[in-house]
Amino acid sequence: MEAIREVDPEGSISLVAEEAFPSYSRPMISERLSLEADHAKIAYRQGDYWKAQRVDAYLGRRAVKLDFEARAAELDDGSRLGFERLLLATGGRSIVPRMEGVEKRGFFTFTRLSDAEVLSEAVEAARSVVVVGGGLIGVGVAEALVKRGLQVTIVELKERLLSLLLDAEASRIMEDAIRAAGVLIITGRSAQRVLGREGDEATVGGVALDNGAQFSCDLVVVAIGVMPRTELVAGTPVKTRRGILVDRYMETSVPGVYAAGDVAEAFDFIQGDDRVLALWPVAHLQGRIAGYNMASYRREYPGGTAMSALSYFAVPVISVGLTQPEKPEGYEFLVRRGPGPRDYGKLVLRDGRIVGLILVGAIERAGLYFALMKERVDVSGLKERLLSDEFGLASFPEALRGKLMG
Amino acid sequence: MKRIYPLEERCMGCGLCEVYCTQEHSQTKDLVKAFRREYPRPFSRVRVERDRPVSFAVQCRQCEDAPCVLACLSGAMYVDEWTGLVSHDAARCIGCWTCIMVCAYGAVRINPQTGKAVAKCDLCPELKVPACVANCPNEALTLQEATA
Repeated sequence: MEAIREVDPEGSISLVAEEAFPSYSRPMISERLSLEADHAKIAYRQGDYWKAQRVDAYLGRRAVKLDFEARAAELDDGSRLGFERLLLATGGRSIVPRMEGVEKRGFFTFTRLSDAEVLSEAVEAARSVVVVGGGLIGVGVAEALVKRGLQVTIVELKERLLSLLLDAEASRIMEDAIRAAGVLIITGRSAQRVLGREGDEATVGGVALDNGAQFSCDLVVVAIGVMPRTELVAGTPVKTRRGILVDRYMETSVPGVYAAGDVAEAFDFIQGDDRVLALWPVAHLQGRIAGYNMASYRREYPGGTAMSALSYFAVPVISVGLTQPEKPEGYEFLVRRGPGPRDYGKLVLRDGRIVGLILVGAIERAGLYFALMKERVDVSGLKERLLSDEFGLASFPEALRGKLMG
Repeated sequence: MKRIYPLEERCMGCGLCEVYCTQEHSQTKDLVKAFRREYPRPFSRVRVERDRPVSFAVQCRQCEDAPCVLACLSGAMYVDEWTGLVSHDAARCIGCWTCIMVCAYGAVRINPQTGKAVAKCDLCPELKVPACVANCPNEALTLQEATA
């Protein structure tokens, strides 16, 4: 929307959003849950933003049908909105595992602000919680609930936490920090049933794992990922795979129809293919690119890649790109340990170029490696020094230095 | 909009820019007091990059389409409407470190005083010429209109 307005201050823009809140920072719903952020702080833009941008905002309303022939969207109240260009930014929906008892009171997912608000209220009367899923969201929820004073158990299907972002060594550093905060971590197990309470089957009383073990708890939060919400384009000419397929201009297979964010399947410059990356900075960039192109200012999406910066349980972590190739052949791994017990660094190289990065603890130079990744710089000659204290911008090849420093 | 440019061939790597930056961002603005008596201890927003014989000072480059602003999760990193500077609102910052991840210059750092928010060059709003530029003994830092 901001990108459209940069190019086109005049054209009419309508926004239809199912959530009735003003625009907010989705990653910050953990801060809402921990009570570190209120509504004012979680607001992504200040004031009466949509009005200031001259956007007709239909908040709390849902588009139910798209008519690409007539170029119109039908809303849940039966009204129709015409369009010349359309952006699909419908995001993702929490994946709910197939297990018994998910309808019980005290069972939650965690994707929207409203999820955080109802969970936050339930926390008031709770003492213990089982978090199903030990990825980015699960660990974030766990931290927030520790801050709220709950006894937290994390159940993760894989052998270790944050397994998509981190290698075994980095996972271990995080797990140690999480355990030190009093969290019980159970890995290699799945939750199979949500149990009821004694005398109150409709309310959560515990969780049963696949090995038969049972844990009593007052709340269950499931955070095992999100699925792109493609239902609006099901059965339409808009092509989908996991998400909605887009080209480098964020345009879908239907001309004039764009997609961006957690619903889009777009170019990954490290993996070299298209994939869904449900990450805020990626979504933001895609949205801007889509906006420019919708306003007929042609700009190409440079591509994104998996990129996460975390600060859970007081351990700074940055993970970018391909951190754990399926087969190690053809890859080189540079590792640095220390100076502190929680400092760890790893670079993954392919054909002399950095394709993956993990930093734990000392993270302040992460952007330099990210720049080398994006620029696809051959770092073969720098390998010995890449992770040393001495390595910095002054070590960059002269041409890149010149380009960066202007 | 102005930007600080380092002159690589002039930089001796002495680190005085870091010293004066630290002083300017201290409470007392007195070097000795700042280093010895202030708590939390003040810190520098500029860093001398050294890989002999190359050295130059780096602070926020005031990027156009600044990646830190675009990637910021909370909206704490923003372009100030009046000054045009890439600015940071510590009260809104949640310390997620996404800006650190995307800054090619390593110019955003974890605020060592709080550990909960980031800090960066602010071009010394109280001075006509930023402290690092004014005090560089070999004129290796210049303040100029941004060229790109």
